Amino acid sequence: MTTEIKLPFDKDNVRSFSKEMSEPAWFEEFRLKAFESFEQLPMPRPDKTRIDKWNFTQFTQHTVNSTAYASLAELPEEVKALVDIDAEHKNLYIQHNQTPAFISLSEELKSKGVIFTDIFTAAREHSDQLKKYYMTQAINADEHRLTALNAALVNGGVFLYIPKNVEIAEPIQAVYIHDDAEANLFNHVIVVAEDNSSVTYVENYISTMEVSTTVANILAEVIVNANAKVTFGAVDTLAKGITTYVNRRGVVGRDGRIEWALGLMNEGNTISENTTNLIGDGSYGDTKTVVVGRGEQTQNFTTKIVHFGKNSEGYILKHGVMKDSATSIFNGIGKIEHGASKSNAEQESRVLMLSEKARGDANPALLIDEDDVTAGHAASVGRVDNVQLYYLMSRGIPKKEAERLVIHGFLAPVVNQLPIEGVKKQLTEVIERKVR
Amino acid sequence: MAGSTLTIKDLHVEIEGKEILKGVNLEIKGGEIHAIMGPNGTGKSTLSSAIMGHPKYEVTSGNITLDGENVLEMEVDERARAGLFLAMQYPSEINGVTNADFLRSALNSRLGEGNEISLMKFIRKMDKQMEFLEMDLDMAQRYLNEGFSGGEKKRNEILQLMMLQPKIAILDEIDSGLDIDALKVVSKGINEMRGEDFGCLIITHYQRLLDYITPDHVHVMMQGRIVKSGGPELAQRLEAEGYDWIKHELGIEDETVGHEA
Repeated sequence: MTTEIKLPFDKDNVRSFSKEMSEPAWFEEFRLKAFESFEQLPMPRPDKTRIDKWNFTQFTQHTVNSTAYASLAELPEEVKALVDIDAEHKNLYIQHNQTPAFISLSEELKSKGVIFTDIFTAAREHSDQLKKYYMTQAINADEHRLTALNAALVNGGVFLYIPKNVEIAEPIQAVYIHDDAEANLFNHVIVVAEDNSSVTYVENYISTMEVSTTVANILAEVIVNANAKVTFGAVDTLAKGITTYVNRRGVVGRDGRIEWALGLMNEGNTISENTTNLIGDGSYGDTKTVVVGRGEQTQNFTTKIVHFGKNSEGYILKHGVMKDSATSIFNGIGKIEHGASKSNAEQESRVLMLSEKARGDANPALLIDEDDVTAGHAASVGRVDNVQLYYLMSRGIPKKEAERLVIHGFLAPVVNQLPIEGVKKQLTEVIERKVR
Repeated sequence: MAGSTLTIKDLHVEIEGKEILKGVNLEIKGGEIHAIMGPNGTGKSTLSSAIMGHPKYEVTSGNITLDGENVLEMEVDERARAGLFLAMQYPSEINGVTNADFLRSALNSRLGEGNEISLMKFIRKMDKQMEFLEMDLDMAQRYLNEGFSGGEKKRNEILQLMMLQPKIAILDEIDSGLDIDALKVVSKGINEMRGEDFGCLIITHYQRLLDYITPDHVHVMMQGRIVKSGGPELAQRLEAEGYDWIKHELGIEDETVGHEA
């Protein structure tokens, strides 16, 4: 059986969109090749969640026109809260639906050769650097239908490039604002940290409207070269009705480090993949994820760390809270390839259920093809502990507040990892709103 | 203003269908320190849990009042705000909630909306009490009881006691698992609380704690009842002679409860 896929345009539209964005020939070719192949490719198969009825491929609009922001004063209030408006040197990208709406990079970083720009400008002005990393090392266009679709239709995203030996202390921030009920997002983020560099990148996907029946297809590729360090923070708060596929993948070279802190707070059905490939010897990957599910939404979160390099270390920590009739699958995979001796794969998944109808499954897996390694996993699914509540209440704290403390405490280990104060605060507020 | 009065009348308590307390009578007034002693399994901890309202314990008859108010009709948090405090034998560990955040929530819940303590004032108060109890100030930012040693947990219970200033406190085996230095510190905290407005019920196996805190009244619990009461000399005699003489005097063979059910 084949699924009929109706797209709002054909190959000619892809070509003319590419022309309109003045993309280099290789980029246009890449789109067209992906466009030709995507229908034949299978859908991704997230373990234990059936997505054959989910809509990832049918939508009416590929592009919508949104305004740019002349100054940050024009930003919606929700977004203002996320960024440090008063900061003198801002390293900030704001995308309004698909429109690059604001960009700022300090002179100091520019002079060091740091590139931070929207994906279209990157294709035009930094074509060689982009080409080297664009779907070549982390994610391949032909992995499945949704990666190909992203490659064909990419209509947003950012390119962040840190040259050798450049260490950036202050975080670099991107905010993707969704406020158009017709806007479908095919976003592609590329972060490259060359040898001995370090950077913190934090992204927000935020809907400022309540409901939208659209598609979000988000890819992030993070290339961490030798002895480089990337801290990648994200808070996703896309609206109810948006079907999201989000794939964030890192590739880590010798002695490189990647640390993920992900707050996955979408209101709609979501498939999230977060994979770290520890290629180099001595490479290190740490993934911390918090999730809150509510309403009727179904979500699948796969976190995977694959060890190729010797002495590589991978840590997965996931905490989820499920309420109402929300369903979530938490797949955690630690894989140690043959030859990755002296590696260590650890993972922990905890799910807290707040209602009888909520469902949460934690599926930890360790796949080990090497003898000389260490590995461990822990998983639990449970309810708020009555004895804990009793203890808190015995000090005068009302039950509601006691529950709030326990739930916040449950998610705090990840929330506290987020490197931007405004984003941390936002995530705390989102959690507050969602679990209330 | 004189202190409060906690009155327990003919209290019967079950846990999972098993009757543990079989008619306890006790009155604790502000300014008094009571000690309940007795061997294991006689119902001492059940009494403290029932007073505080632990969800597992069911009061089947009798009543508890605080200054005439029916405690049994109150939720656990209402009991606390009415002025009761229980230092627990096994305090819960709560991940992700710092000791300071927890204590501030607890304090503010007593002060009520609009009267919250300012952060600076709170920190000063907490630091002062922690120094008094010879606690590492870092413990304010550690997660509540998580990874605390037995002694640290007990000190933390006393810290809460001193911060929250209840009218009536119950200390459930606050001395178990403490070395002598920790015992002295914990006793110092309790003695600091002593005064007309503070009533206290100390539950313990050992005379040891009572060397540092002299009780006004000593009670012995067996078979789910208070079987003997006296002054501080009773504790000393128990320390010297054990419990057998009481059992003999009262014709009790097995002092424990709940085994027969």
